[in-house]
Amino acid sequence: MQMKKLSTLACAAAFATLSGAASAQISDNTVKVGVLTDMSGTYSDLAGAGAVLATEMAIADFIAEAKPAFKVEMVSADHQNKADIASNKAREWFEREGVDTATELVTTSTALAVMKVAKEMNRVALMSGPASTPITNEQCNDVTVHYTYDTYALANGTAKAVTQQGGDTWFFLTADYAFGQALEKDSSAVVIANGGKVLGSVRHPFPAADFSSFLLQAQASGAKIIGLANAGADTTNAIKQAAEFGITPKQSLAGLLMFISDVHSLGLQATQGMYLTTGFYWDLDDDTRAWSKRFFEKQKRMPTMVQAGQYSSVLHYLRAVQATGTDEAGKVMAHMKATPIKDFFGKNGRIREDGRMVHDMYLAQVKTPAESKYPWDYYNIRQTIPAEEAFQPLAQSRCPLVKK
Amino acid sequence: MEIFGVPGALLGSQLLVGLINGSFYAILSLGLAIIFGLLNIINFSHGAQYMMGAFVAWIALNKLGVNYWVALLFAPIVIGALGVVIERTMLRKLYKLDHLYGLLLTFGLALIFEGVFRDQYGISGQSYPVPELLQGGVNIGFMFLPIYRAWVVVAALTVCFATWFIIEKTKLGAYLRAGTENPQMVQALGINVPLLITFTYGFGVALAAFAGVLAAPIYQVSPLMGSNLIIVVFAVVVIGGMGSIMGSILTGLGLGLIEGLTRVFYPEASAVVVFVIMVIVLLVRPAGLFGKA
Repeated sequence: MQMKKLSTLACAAAFATLSGAASAQISDNTVKVGVLTDMSGTYSDLAGAGAVLATEMAIADFIAEAKPAFKVEMVSADHQNKADIASNKAREWFEREGVDTATELVTTSTALAVMKVAKEMNRVALMSGPASTPITNEQCNDVTVHYTYDTYALANGTAKAVTQQGGDTWFFLTADYAFGQALEKDSSAVVIANGGKVLGSVRHPFPAADFSSFLLQAQASGAKIIGLANAGADTTNAIKQAAEFGITPKQSLAGLLMFISDVHSLGLQATQGMYLTTGFYWDLDDDTRAWSKRFFEKQKRMPTMVQAGQYSSVLHYLRAVQATGTDEAGKVMAHMKATPIKDFFGKNGRIREDGRMVHDMYLAQVKTPAESKYPWDYYNIRQTIPAEEAFQPLAQSRCPLVKK
Repeated sequence: MEIFGVPGALLGSQLLVGLINGSFYAILSLGLAIIFGLLNIINFSHGAQYMMGAFVAWIALNKLGVNYWVALLFAPIVIGALGVVIERTMLRKLYKLDHLYGLLLTFGLALIFEGVFRDQYGISGQSYPVPELLQGGVNIGFMFLPIYRAWVVVAALTVCFATWFIIEKTKLGAYLRAGTENPQMVQALGINVPLLITFTYGFGVALAAFAGVLAAPIYQVSPLMGSNLIIVVFAVVVIGGMGSIMGSILTGLGLGLIEGLTRVFYPEASAVVVFVIMVIVLLVRPAGLFGKA
């Protein structure tokens, strides 16, 4: 009797130690991925429900490939493009719901707010949606990865190509908030560096519907190129109205941030010939086509670069958790930075010390209606911009984490 | 020629663009003013009804092959009929209560309508082509004026002034106005006041849908197109004086012009200038520029 009790106790103790060892590494033996995105506003087509789907696909693929000993769960919420809602939700997730990483975060202002909370709580922030360079410069921290693209890479692709092809005088139509201003600043620098001139700019409220006043000012400037430093519905409305007022094709538009969802919504007639820079195109090669078709099956739309980047970033994160056996932010980040990214999205990808994920970017030109052979056949890829050239060089970095 | 450092030609074109936007404000605020004047309901679903007008036109073109000119009549009838149903089944029960209840109900309806269209069509919007007859533009010296925009001004102002005429100068209009002053008395004279009110709400909603069809070829037809506009339009109605028919038309046009000028001289403020004016007007003339105190 006594013996039996003892052995039971010993067994229980041994079991407790074993399971204790595991749970000390991964809290609750569960990795929780939070998707904080725009589910209902201007950016809900380019991120939104598609980003949630991409996350589910990443988790399912990870479980199938790695057969992890821990559970993986997902939660999602609508941040409504508001910084205060985003940071409150992230705090609630981290403090009370055991969320290990906050992801997606389209709209720069929400991203900047959440990365501060992540730093304070020592959790990882994966940014596949936002665009502004301050995320990896002035505001950078060691728990944040900026994954898909940024305003520097966009300017460096589109503004450079257009200026070099003779579009050497520019006027900017700029969305009046952090992202638009960053995009205008980065693009102006590229235009000037390539021998062009910036004749002026006008800051429009965000969001705006009627662009005729602003377009007429751009027209009066006489610039060859009107740079659209805005996104989403603002860009599509501006393009539509530029054609209406006879501004195009006399002056050309450069959409500095355009997603495939914008081209789809406007149609090829209105967008043909425009240059844009993208981190991903579904019809690039067999790998991108295979993944995108799986995505299309469920979403009935082809993925944007944000949605593809979301998949890739979550998968890279989960693999790092598996490899390190912990969900502690510092160790996971160290592994993510040390491991090159190899999947359909991140060609030649790696995460630098400032948190910037550098990978090949593409300069695309929108096809004419005659060139487009099947649904979503929208881009000619004109140039692959190698990972090392596509993003801001570390030498120019304003991030304190970068040792010079 | 330069005026305050801005070339005259640019200023002229900005005033014209302001007038175009002003005619949208005028037709939308007119609908709101009629509904408020006769029903005492603050119709917060006006923006959603404007959006649905545009969507009905888009769906009619793409699914049924119905062209723009037919849609101009068809969409207001469909959405106006929806308005009649809303009035008969829901709004009717709220007339005796505070304004706030009507506002909350219509606000809730607006969110539901927008949600349904967002779920069905996504947020990026659909393109509606400019009808063939109105494509292209003319050079009028200081600017290139798209023919379609000129048509918008003509169509909107015609409808606005026709509405004003019906309400202020015809017998039907006299019944309507009498019905709002003293419904019991008018009812006693043998006029069906509840029917008049239903008709009025349907008509106000149809005006919003008409504006939506006018807007479809200019803006992307998107579920949120009304919610951004409606707040400005409410400010227009407040400035003009709640319930004043001519006031809402003139204020709509005037504020379009002022907003257009702000976009030249201080573009960052163009989204708030209407609200600044609203604050000033409320401080100086709380009943609005054309309202009766």
